[in-house]
Amino acid sequence: MKVSMTVNGHVQSHDVEARTLLVHYLREPCGLTGTNVGCDTSSCGACTVHLNGESVKSCTILAAQVDGESITTIEGLAKDGVMHPMQQAFQENHGLQCGYCTPGMVMAAISLLEEIPNPTEHDVRIGLEGNLCRCTGYHNIVKSVLAAAAK
Amino acid sequence: MIPAAFDYVRVDSADAAVAQLVENGDDAKILAGGHSLLPLMKLRLASPSKLIDVGRVKDLSYIRDAGDHIAIGALTRHRDVETSALLHAQNELLSTVAGHVGDNQVRHRGTIGGSIAHGDGASDLPAAVLALGGTIVARGPKGERTIAASDFFQGFLTTALAADELLTEIRVPKIPGAKVAYQKFNRRAQDWAIVGVAAWKLGDASGVGLVNMDSVPVRASAVEAALASGASAADAAAHASDGLTPPSDLNASPEFRSHLARVLTRRALETCGA
Repeated sequence: MKVSMTVNGHVQSHDVEARTLLVHYLREPCGLTGTNVGCDTSSCGACTVHLNGESVKSCTILAAQVDGESITTIEGLAKDGVMHPMQQAFQENHGLQCGYCTPGMVMAAISLLEEIPNPTEHDVRIGLEGNLCRCTGYHNIVKSVLAAAAK
Repeated sequence: MIPAAFDYVRVDSADAAVAQLVENGDDAKILAGGHSLLPLMKLRLASPSKLIDVGRVKDLSYIRDAGDHIAIGALTRHRDVETSALLHAQNELLSTVAGHVGDNQVRHRGTIGGSIAHGDGASDLPAAVLALGGTIVARGPKGERTIAASDFFQGFLTTALAADELLTEIRVPKIPGAKVAYQKFNRRAQDWAIVGVAAWKLGDASGVGLVNMDSVPVRASAVEAALASGASAADAAAHASDGLTPPSDLNASPEFRSHLARVLTRRALETCGA
């Protein structure tokens, strides 16, 4: 079936099977491999993208379900070669180790700040409970999000 | 993991969804947010031949004051239940419990109707709706009917919904000023409850629902009866596991679950001022 959506501001239209998950739609026909497949069971959050501005887990959504909607991935954050403030905060605060969870963490964190612009450390920890870091680098991830919120 | 192949159809109304159910029978499944169904399909525990996507049926997403109760459209996202000012004022238990479902990303997609229709004894909202004495509205080819939550959950992932019926609305009572609590015990953030207890108390009236203490959500009637006869929170909570045979899995034995139910019920009741 034909599935079309706006990804990072560009219309993408591809023929895919109905069972195609959004994460595979983004990675394969769209070629946007910044969004990672982690646990593949909606636990780890590595596949987090924005659907109409809200964080969602793209491994648990069919591409067909979001036909016609607007998706933002990690590749869509930087503007004119300048990183998004959240990406900068992760870089400045060493908010990543191996980097596998990072795209999902950044996308989840941006969505969190949309809902809670001035979070406490507790708000950030609870707000990112759907994102797992197997390096256990949570301390600096939380620090990064708080730094981004303060910008 | 990729689900087995299926046919996909998107409908724009509840009636169109019912017509699809009538046409396709048991082989079709309703797809709302997909956060209960798609994981099962990816594990090939479910392989429906057709998915009927109701995700765009906008008129099934609402939270409204319906006079003697609050009506919540089946497609209302957990996030909207969690943050609803109307529910905070009139039924804070439901919004509190919705805020404990999964994580932010899950709450942005998952729907209350999907969670109730899935009928998982281990998920949060069914036990809350049961504790509240809620009502489920179902639409079928012959029109609408209402089902008491106490009659709705019938067995493991089995509800009173017929194969040609669509869950359209959940109704919960107005209990302004009630004290509410949700105690959810898990070992990892955002995990399923190993045991959960949803409780509310308003004057002499109370309700207690248990998560993951049976293959279906359970109402702790013995606890409610003890409270009604004047028992303390601790004495009432001692009845939390009466007559139940909780599941055994890698997380907990039946004995541990029974212990958790009693402890969490006591904590919940104390929060409710019992």
